[in-house]
Amino acid sequence: MAVDAGALAAGPPGRRARLRLSGLLWRRPWLKALGLLTPPLGAFVIVYVGALAVLFVSSFWTVNSFTAEIEHTWTLANYRQIFSSGQPYLHIAALTLEIAAAVTFTDAVLAFPLAYFMARLAGRKTRALLFVMALLPLWSSYLVRIYAWQTILSHDGAINWALNGLGLPDQNLAYTNWAMWIVFSYVWLPFMILPVYAALERIPDSYLEASADLGARGFRTFRSVILPLALPGVVAGSIFTFSLTLGDYITPLLVGGPSSQFIGNVVYDFVGINANVPFAAAFATIPMLIMGAYLLIARRLGAFEAL
Amino acid sequence: METRTTRITLAVCSTLVVLFLWIPLVLIALYAFNGSSIQGWPITSWTLHWFRVAWRDPDARSALWLSVRIALIVTGIALVLGTMAATAVARFRFFGRDAVSFLLVLPIALPGIITGMALNSFFVFAGIPVSMWTIVIGHSTFCVVIAYNNVVARLRRTSPSLIEASQDLGADGWQTFRFVLWPVLSTAVVAGGLLAFALSFDEVIVTTFTAGAQQTLPIFILDNLRQGQNLPVVNVVAFFVVALTVIPVALAQRVMRDTGVVRRGAAQVTEAVEAAEIPAV
Repeated sequence: MAVDAGALAAGPPGRRARLRLSGLLWRRPWLKALGLLTPPLGAFVIVYVGALAVLFVSSFWTVNSFTAEIEHTWTLANYRQIFSSGQPYLHIAALTLEIAAAVTFTDAVLAFPLAYFMARLAGRKTRALLFVMALLPLWSSYLVRIYAWQTILSHDGAINWALNGLGLPDQNLAYTNWAMWIVFSYVWLPFMILPVYAALERIPDSYLEASADLGARGFRTFRSVILPLALPGVVAGSIFTFSLTLGDYITPLLVGGPSSQFIGNVVYDFVGINANVPFAAAFATIPMLIMGAYLLIARRLGAFEAL
Repeated sequence: METRTTRITLAVCSTLVVLFLWIPLVLIALYAFNGSSIQGWPITSWTLHWFRVAWRDPDARSALWLSVRIALIVTGIALVLGTMAATAVARFRFFGRDAVSFLLVLPIALPGIITGMALNSFFVFAGIPVSMWTIVIGHSTFCVVIAYNNVVARLRRTSPSLIEASQDLGADGWQTFRFVLWPVLSTAVVAGGLLAFALSFDEVIVTTFTAGAQQTLPIFILDNLRQGQNLPVVNVVAFFVVALTVIPVALAQRVMRDTGVVRRGAAQVTEAVEAAEIPAV
């Protein structure tokens, strides 16, 4: 020990200082944690949390309609405007919610068979391949995937070509709520596949054998064993499909029709064209509250453990 | 356990779902070679002409260059800050630790429009003019999370005794990081970096709120799509954007797999799901 200390003391001064610092940090871990956390958290709290706070506070302000300046007086006027019956805002919020719910349901139905096949039937190689096939579309450009559907759904696009080939008449799907439903379901589908797969993969084979031994047929096993155990995965996936649809404005902009306004579109217009950030902030609290409630329910259903 | 009919039905359904996922991507890639300037199906003539046009398009070029610069800077920031935060959260127990990890995940849990609008009003409030740097700040908020997620997942599976052993053997903090911690973390950091790059490169919603007159590549695509103009050039750009986002992710998957640190099955999925949370911000 004494020799070590001597050898250390004999080292170059820079190294000695570094070792002393290491020792100090080891004895006082909070010092190290503080040093490591201050830069990321400091930046984060100032920029992001500060921004959220400004946003929330500003939802209680108003914009003077003559000067277009923000007036810093506390008022509930923005919220009153949203909930007043003569305004379109509640209708827009309802449409957003309906589509988000429809998309979540569709994705759960589409994801289940693939996730089940990956988790329980496919061999190791097929499973790895399917995993990559499900993951890669998620990462390829979101905008490009919407654009692809814009082209496919257009009047002389691939859908009508296929329908005509089957002897069916043209469908005008482009720029409708149906188009939004299809595109949203497509864009968020991988978010559902992955957690459902994870949940199904964790079901031990012995459970299914036990169910069969007790005389349950395929459907009964599915309903009473597989489905309840897969539910947390479905709920986990639905957090993404639901929240992402709720906050989107690009898809309604590109494939929606004139009456396909989402909460996001209104918010975007009020920040940009109308220059009324306080109203936009007030309207944006609606999806925030809905997501807050949704997350609480999801937690009770065990979705967080399934992530 | 499953009957033959069930198996076949499931296999057919799975194939259909995979086709549903991939056909649009293949189709849009094919349109880049469309000889006609009208976006009809089927494509009747093929050409490489639009690649040359797109390459010479000054707007597309400057948008690409801006996106690449932003993505590189954001990746750097995300890796440094994300790794620091991950080390602190994974290694130390301290007051408010759960709050910190919750706070860091907030930008991906909240809809992108909220993040975008919050940053926008913050910049207005603080009197910061929008520029390339405000876009960088916007992207950093959620790219830090992806680096953080990757590194923290790796650290949780690494034994802390490695570090103690290194220090017992007389290594200082830097040496411990360089020779013990870094070899363990490097693949997670590289994967996090690739994902952060792909994410920043592709981001639209937050960017629309934090950019002024600047056009990143996704904004270039969005503007042209909204006005329905320049579509042949957009097709070529789309082709490259898909390639440029898919390649880093495929690489990241490879890097993570080859280390053997990621166990098959549950662990891999956890990491994938953690990674998957981010892109839609």
